[in-house]
Amino acid sequence: MIYLDHAATSWPKPPEVMQAMADFLARAGGNPGRSGHRLSIEAGRIVYDAREAVAELFNAPDPLRVIFTLNATHAINIALAGLLRPGDRVVTSGMEHNAVMRPLRGIEGIDLAVISCRRDGALDLAEAARLITPGTRLVVLNHASNVCGTIQPVAEVAAIAHRAGALLLVDAAQTAGVLPIDVQRMGIDLLAFTGHKGLLGPPGTGGLILGAGVDAGQIAPFMRGGTGSRSESEEQPEDLPDKFEAGTPNGVGIAGLGAGVRWVRARGMDAIRTHEVALAHTLIAGLAEIPGLKVHGPSDAELCTATVSFTAAGRRVSEIGWRLDEEHDVLCRVGLHCAPAAHRTLGTFPEGTVRLAPGVFTTLDDVQAAVRAVAEALAA
Amino acid sequence: MSKYGVALFHTTSAALRAEKVAQHAGLTVKLIPTPREFSSDCGIALRFDWVAAARVQELLAAAGVDVDQMRALE
Repeated sequence: MIYLDHAATSWPKPPEVMQAMADFLARAGGNPGRSGHRLSIEAGRIVYDAREAVAELFNAPDPLRVIFTLNATHAINIALAGLLRPGDRVVTSGMEHNAVMRPLRGIEGIDLAVISCRRDGALDLAEAARLITPGTRLVVLNHASNVCGTIQPVAEVAAIAHRAGALLLVDAAQTAGVLPIDVQRMGIDLLAFTGHKGLLGPPGTGGLILGAGVDAGQIAPFMRGGTGSRSESEEQPEDLPDKFEAGTPNGVGIAGLGAGVRWVRARGMDAIRTHEVALAHTLIAGLAEIPGLKVHGPSDAELCTATVSFTAAGRRVSEIGWRLDEEHDVLCRVGLHCAPAAHRTLGTFPEGTVRLAPGVFTTLDDVQAAVRAVAEALAA
Repeated sequence: MSKYGVALFHTTSAALRAEKVAQHAGLTVKLIPTPREFSSDCGIALRFDWVAAARVQELLAAAGVDVDQMRALE
């Protein structure tokens, strides 16, 4: 079996991730931050160590500015609902996932502008500079597309946003653990990430990093509740990370996430990226030789993650998907990838695409076999 | 003279960070339930040898750990 659905969730996970989760349940079954006994403290240590590992991976200014969430969507909702007020100008791109578009469409009274992107998904920086007007409150940008992998110029957009006085929120669902991310060097004010894709942790983990320039006092908490701190008060505390972490955290999941982040750091971001560029290049070049097939997104593997989308003239993507699964043991995702805006930009709405998304454990032999399988599926 | 002191924090995360900072510097410390005679925001406190109080304070300040208060344990 060849698993090419890492853009949805990574599989398999490193053995260290599963071991860390089993250890958490076996040895540290307490509720982190709630009690003073040894099992609670040990659980707290594991969660704190994961916070530190995440902060180091992304060069966050402080581990306490790493907020753990259920997923990237949860992190994006915390940022958008907490920061935005009626009348605020918000600028986003034409390549966003519904994790960004649906919350933005659901906030009443904001002035929303969308920067158009080219047919390969690349952002138009000149239009970004025109639309991000002085006084803009927030710019929300997808780091790399979940449909076709296109990488956006985050640092350049950060510079434009900051000149206008805006904050930059980056959706790193597809890039955390896949591309090097340095929030301070790249000028990212808020980074939303998920734990179960490139970071190789379990589902139900993710986070929001608050950059040094973000005043957490300006972000209303998305949820309120028990934090284990300032228990005499019925008001939500302002202390980080507690303000945004009401309720018992997913300790077992965070234990796995911490192990995944440590695995990624040990492998090295540069080594991971080099491997994935080779995978993407092999896929793009191989698919391009198949008659009638069109690859969407960048033709240069350096400009995208290892997420490659294609369509074939006169063939339904759903049929290609089931043939790859049943006849060739290749698992991928087909259709609209929760990103109608991106599909409109790419010209693949409403039919969608076949998406091949290898990951860190995928070999070059795997992707070469997948290309042959696609050719055979289309010949059938 | 007190044998032990405790550092009190606003959050568990700060207490856990303080433990790491102190242990990294080679000090013998222990996280304990916050003694009930002290009013604290957080359920755990960092216990240390009182003779090392100045050193603990200096280390935590240098690491940017937000300490609520430091008290001697009677």
